[in-house]
Amino acid sequence: MAGPQITIVGASLAGLRTAEALRASLPDASITLIGDEPHAPYNRPPLSKEVMEGFAGGGMSEDEAFARLSLRSKLSPDDVQMRLGMPATGIDPNGVRMADGTLIPSDWVVAATGIRPRRLPLHGNESIRHVLRGFDDARALAPMLRPGARMVVIGAGFIGCEIAATGRKLGLHVTLIEPGPQPMLRALGTRVAAAMAALHRRHGVTLLTGRAVEAFTPGKVILDDGKEIEADVIVEALGSLPNTEWLTGSGADLSDGVLVDDRMLATGARNLLAVGDIARFANPLFDDVPRRVEHWCIPGFSARRAAETIAAQETGAPQLPGFAPLPSFWSDQYGMRVQAFGAPALAETQTVIEGDLSQIGEARVIIEYARGGALIGVIGLGALPATIAKHRARLTAALSPKENA
Amino acid sequence: MKVHVNIDICLLHGQCVIAAPEIFSFDDNGDLVWVAEIDDSQVADAEAASDACPEQAIIIG
Ligand SMILES: Cc1cc2nc3c(=O)[nH]c(=O)nc-3n(C[C@H](O)[C@H](O)[C@H](O)COP(=O)(O)OP(=O)(O)OC[C@H]3O[C@@H](n4cnc5c(N)ncnc54)[C@H](O)[C@@H]3O)c2cc1C
Ligand code: SF4
Repeated sequence: MAGPQITIVGASLAGLRTAEALRASLPDASITLIGDEPHAPYNRPPLSKEVMEGFAGGGMSEDEAFARLSLRSKLSPDDVQMRLGMPATGIDPNGVRMADGTLIPSDWVVAATGIRPRRLPLHGNESIRHVLRGFDDARALAPMLRPGARMVVIGAGFIGCEIAATGRKLGLHVTLIEPGPQPMLRALGTRVAAAMAALHRRHGVTLLTGRAVEAFTPGKVILDDGKEIEADVIVEALGSLPNTEWLTGSGADLSDGVLVDDRMLATGARNLLAVGDIARFANPLFDDVPRRVEHWCIPGFSARRAAETIAAQETGAPQLPGFAPLPSFWSDQYGMRVQAFGAPALAETQTVIEGDLSQIGEARVIIEYARGGALIGVIGLGALPATIAKHRARLTAALSPKENA
Repeated sequence: MKVHVNIDICLLHGQCVIAAPEIFSFDDNGDLVWVAEIDDSQVADAEAASDACPEQAIIIG
């Protein structure tokens, strides 16, 4: 008997890991991996960090940069049919519809289309405005990052802060504009975010918080207090929008990404799953509120879970309930590693348990995050993983899965 | 099977130590150490560690 036809849409980390896990668990499945980018699957985090530094600084050619990013895979060319360079535009009961009108017949569809940067709805300066999500974005931005150039970064989330730090390393003048009161505030909480603000200022970034961009005039960014900032290059890093338009009409809840259950099955749709940055799921480690989690670790966890689900349904084998991955993320700024475990964003209080936030970037600091008095996250700043490990172990012990907490 | 870590690109994320603590660990200096020769029962753990490494520094085979 021929195995099921499985189509994975989105050929990046989550899509690739899903294909690998499916190949291992359902050897007779016929798997198609669709990606709109012309590139084979690659890794995004270095695009704002070391690869951007090498690429823009001239130490790395375009080919070398891509080689550093390219995701190694356990798949051989016969394992999966790759269709790169064309987007999926729709889904219907028989399969996935491609931009050229062809239908890819599918028994199962896995959505792994990730997110795209939100753009400012303003005109002007189009030729110097950039975003940073993919390799082509990096390729367009890199030549603009010349020493002495004036860069304005709009949005001080992780990607905005990383590109600001990389810009300083490359010798640019950097202005970082953040509408909120502190950079990375939601993810880090007030005290740590304030310390990160100090770190950026100490490294020469002009950080303007509580300010929004009101307009662009040629070569200038105009803020809502009337201030004008001259710019040779502008990076918009204002958060993201999930790529779910192609799923319209599927029955899935697309209010923010794709709502999935603990098996990664999309609620309301048939034989549709979602993985990676677009999957919105409840994590019983914390509560029953479904959330999207834009961390690198989630594609791996959710891909294995999705493959397990399809394999269980195809073979009739039982599947253990529950999906409760421990989230982790990292960021590198000015040579300092920010390493988080758990969900610091959900915390009500933060306590420094090692070091001193005024010494940020010079000596290690470890911060505990709590909600309702219980440990919910740990962040290390400039701390070796060996030092954070014991705190992570305590966190794992504190976060036993909760039923409808 | 052999386990190799390309120390030039390893950025000490420690994800491998979490995924496969029997194979990867940190020594007293905070440097990464690993078991270079593993048996078949450890291959799945080693592969999980390799997948979890954000720098793709781990090579199994
Ligand atoms: C610059 C940058 C730095 C980052 N740094 C960190 C970090 O330090 N730490 C961390 O934890 N995380 C980081 N991340 C986040 C991490 O890279 C993401 O969590 C991860 O890439 C998510 O993988 P994904 O496969 O779900 O989505 P994506 O990687 O976004 O892949 C989705 C793919 O689907 C394609 N696609 C979209 N629509 C369609 C369609 N209709 N048809 C076909 N294909 C489509 C997209 O083009 C893309 O190739 C960073 C991300 C960026 C951009
Ligand atoms: S996960 Fe990768 S980068 Fe991190 S310590 Fe292990 S080998 Fe090094």
